[in-house]
Amino acid sequence: MDAAVITCFHCAEPLAGRAPLRARVGAANVVFCCPGCQAAAHLIEGLGLGDFYRFRTAPVARPDGVAIEYRAYDTAEMIASLTRGEPAARSVLVLIDGLTCAACSWLVTRALLRIDGVARASVNAATGRGHIVWDSRRVPLSQLLSCIDALGYKPRPVTADAASRQVEMERHAMLKRLIVAGLGMMQVMMFAVAMYSGNINGMDLQVRTYLRIVSMLVATPVMLYAGWPFFSGAMRALQARSVSMDVPVSLGLVLAYGASVLDTWRHAGEVYFDSVTMFIFFLTVARFVEMVARHRCNSVADSLSRLLPVTAHRFAADGGEGLIDVAVAQLAAGDRLLVRAGEVVPADGVILSGSTRVNESMLTGESIAVVRAPGEPLSAGTVNEEAPVQLRVTAVGGATTLANIVALLGRAQSERPKIMRAADASASRFLVRVLAGAVLVGVFWAFVDPARAFAATLAVLVVACPCALSLATLVAVASASAGLARRGVLVAHPDAIEALARASRVVFDKTGTLTCGRVRVTGVQRLAALPEAACLRLAAALEGHSEHPIARSFTALCPGAALATAVQVVPGAGIEGCIDGQRYRIGTRAFALGAAGSAAAQAAPDDAAICLGDSGGLLAAFTLADTLRPDAVGAVHELRAAGLAVELLSGDAEAAAGAVARDCGIGDYAARQTPQAKLRRITQLREAGEIVAMVGDGINDAPVLGGAGVAIAMGQGSALAQASAGLILVGDRLQALPEAVKVARRTRVIIRQNLAWASVYNLAAMPLAAMGWVPPWMAAIGMSLSSIGVVLNGMRAK
Amino acid sequence: MGIVYVLIPLSLVLVVFACWAFFWAVGSGQFEELDSPAWEILADDAPPATRPDAAPAVTPPS
Repeated sequence: MDAAVITCFHCAEPLAGRAPLRARVGAANVVFCCPGCQAAAHLIEGLGLGDFYRFRTAPVARPDGVAIEYRAYDTAEMIASLTRGEPAARSVLVLIDGLTCAACSWLVTRALLRIDGVARASVNAATGRGHIVWDSRRVPLSQLLSCIDALGYKPRPVTADAASRQVEMERHAMLKRLIVAGLGMMQVMMFAVAMYSGNINGMDLQVRTYLRIVSMLVATPVMLYAGWPFFSGAMRALQARSVSMDVPVSLGLVLAYGASVLDTWRHAGEVYFDSVTMFIFFLTVARFVEMVARHRCNSVADSLSRLLPVTAHRFAADGGEGLIDVAVAQLAAGDRLLVRAGEVVPADGVILSGSTRVNESMLTGESIAVVRAPGEPLSAGTVNEEAPVQLRVTAVGGATTLANIVALLGRAQSERPKIMRAADASASRFLVRVLAGAVLVGVFWAFVDPARAFAATLAVLVVACPCALSLATLVAVASASAGLARRGVLVAHPDAIEALARASRVVFDKTGTLTCGRVRVTGVQRLAALPEAACLRLAAALEGHSEHPIARSFTALCPGAALATAVQVVPGAGIEGCIDGQRYRIGTRAFALGAAGSAAAQAAPDDAAICLGDSGGLLAAFTLADTLRPDAVGAVHELRAAGLAVELLSGDAEAAAGAVARDCGIGDYAARQTPQAKLRRITQLREAGEIVAMVGDGINDAPVLGGAGVAIAMGQGSALAQASAGLILVGDRLQALPEAVKVARRTRVIIRQNLAWASVYNLAAMPLAAMGWVPPWMAAIGMSLSSIGVVLNGMRAK
Repeated sequence: MGIVYVLIPLSLVLVVFACWAFFWAVGSGQFEELDSPAWEILADDAPPATRPDAAPAVTPPS
C-alpha cells in the first residue's frame, strides 16, 4: 500500500511514517493519524454531527492531544471577570483557535447547543469568536470549554476588550446611519420625481406643499442622524483652525437644508431635500467603505494574542512545591510557575531552575530552538521544547513582549496610506479655494441677478466637493486589499500596494522563504569504516527520542529503527544513548567527539554538519538541507514573466544557497550575507533607481525589510518581521506573490484613471456651476455619478 | 389625487418600520458574519444523539 496517499480522516494530514489507527466511524472504516483525531471524530459522530465531514471546505488542524484542565475557569473571580449577566443566563466571549471554515463554526455551535443548559451559542468563523449564553447554575464554564476542546479546537475565554468593542460599536453606528440615509434617500427621491413631473405637467399648490412637507419630514432625520458625523467633523476641524472635507460638505448641507425649510415655509422658491439626502447617502457609503478597510487587519493582532496558553501551573504562594492550575489572566508579576516540556510559556519571566531549549520562532522566526539556562529571560508565547523549568514571572498581560508586538502591529495598521494622505492634502488645499470661490460667486450673482445667487453658490459648493477625488484611491485600495486577502496576502500597510506595483526587483531574503523549512538529510560523509546505511540507522535510533525537526529528518529516513536505550538528551548539544551495548553520541561536532573522551584529531567536517561519534571518535557527518516549496519554481518563473528581476540574498552557506537558487532558476544570488550586507545591497539597488520588493521572515530581517521599497513577510515568520512588513503572505503560498503583483499593478492603473476622471470632472463642472447653468439637483446628481463611477471603477481592483 | 394623502403617510409608516427592523438586526448581530449562516441552511439538522456513548463526551474529562 502506498503510504504517501493515505490521509487522516479527521485532519486530512498525510500519515507519512506514522502507524495508522483504524477505526469505525458511522458506517465506514476509516484511518486516523493519532488518538487525538480519532477521539474528535468519534465525538463528532456520537453527537450526530457527522455531516461536518461532508460539508467542510478546509481540513481542520490536528488536535494536539494535550488535555487542558479548564477547571481553573470555574473559580468565582474568573467567572466574575469573564462573564456577564444573571447566573441563569450568563454570557461569555470565547476565542476559538483552529476554525478553518464555516463548517467548523457550525460544528462547534451544534455541539454546544447539545449541552443541557446552553441557551444560545454562536460562533463567527471569520473572527474566530464564539458567544455563549448558558445557565451557570447547571453547567460549569469548564464543561463548555472542554466540549470545544474535545472537538479538536482550542477555546480561550476573553473579556471583551475595549478595542474590539469600539470596533463593533463603530460598525453598528455606521450601518444604522447607512440604513437611515439609504431609506430616506429613496423616499425623498420618489417625492422629488413627483414634484419635477408636477413642475412640467402642472400641479396643485396644495399637493406640492404637501409633498414638500413630507420630504422635509423624511430629510430631517437623515440630516440630523446620518449627517451628524459630517457636522461634528466640521466643528472639530474648525476648532483646530483647519479645513477638512467635512467643512464645505456641512456648509452645503446646512445651506441647502435651511433654504429648503425656508422655502417650504414660504410656499415659494425651490427645495433641495433630494440633493441633501442623496449627498449624505453617498458620503456615508464612502465612509463605510473606508471603515471596513480600516477594520480588516484586526484579525492579525487577534491571532497573535492567541499564542498564549489558557492555563498555567503556579506554585503555592507559601514557597512550597504544591502546584495549582490557574488561568493565565490570574497571573501576577512575582509568581513562580512551572513550564513543562512542550508547553507555551504563559508570561514573560526569568528562569529560576532548569535549563531547556526554547523555540522563539514567534519572536525571531528562527525555527531552531535556543538554549536557555537559569537567570535567562523567557518571553510569553515561546515554546519550551525540552525540559521542565521553573519561572519567576516578570511581566504579564499588556506588559509582555508579545503584547508590545501586538500593539506595534495595531499602530502599523492604523496608518493611512501615503497616497491617500497626499490626496487628502491636495483635497484640503482645493477646499479652501472652493469656499473662497463659492463666496465670490455668491457676491457676483448678488449684484448681477440676486434671484440666482443662492442656487449658483449652492451648485458650486456641491459640484466642487472633491469626494470623488478622495474616493478615487480609497475604494481602489480597499477593494485591492480585499482581493489580495482572498489570495492569501494580507495588506498591513496600504502603501505597500502602490510600492509593489512599481517594484522592479524581488529579493528573497533567506533561503527559508523558498523552502518549506522541512530539513532532510542530503549527504552522509563517512569518517570511519562503518558503512553509510549503518550510520544512518544508528542516527535514527538516537534521534527517535527527540521531536526536534532535525531529529525527524533522520527518523523519516529509517522508519522503524530500533530505539537506543539509556538515552540522555543534552540541551543545545545532542543526544547520547546506548545501542547494542555501545554508547553513541549524535549532535554538534564537539559533543559527538566527547564520546571518545579526547578531542581526537580527525578531518574536521563543516561546523554546521551533524556528527555521529562513538568511543573511538567520529563515525560520520551528515549534511542537512531544506526541501524546496512545491510552488517556488513556478512563482519565480511568473515573477520573471511579469518583468521583475529576481534575486536571492541568503545567510546560508554557499552550497545550500547555490542549490536553492539553481533549483528555482534564480541567477543572482549571494551566500553568507549578514543583515548589514543585505541592507547594503538593498541600499545599493535603491540608489541605482530600483524599487525592491523584499521577501523575508525573521527578526534579523526587520531592518532589511524596513529598508526595502516594499516588504513582504511570510505568515509563519516572526511577528516582528510582520510588523515592519507591508504585505504578509498568510498561507505560505508563494504563487500568491506574482498574483499580488498583478493585482497591485491593476490597482495602480485604476487609481490613476480615477484621479484623472475626478480632476477633469471637478475642473469642467466648476465654471458651469459658477455661471449658474447647473441647478443644485443636477450638481448633486453629477457629483454622485462621478463618485459612483469612481467607486465602481475602484471595485475592479480586486 | 386625494389618495396620496393616505398612501404617503402609510409609506412613511412602512419606512419607519423598515428602519426599526434594520436597527434591530444590526443590534442583534445579524450583520456580524455573513458567511456561515448562508452555509448552515444546506446542512440538515440531524436528530439529537440518543446513543448513550454521546453523553459522557460533553462532560469535562476528570
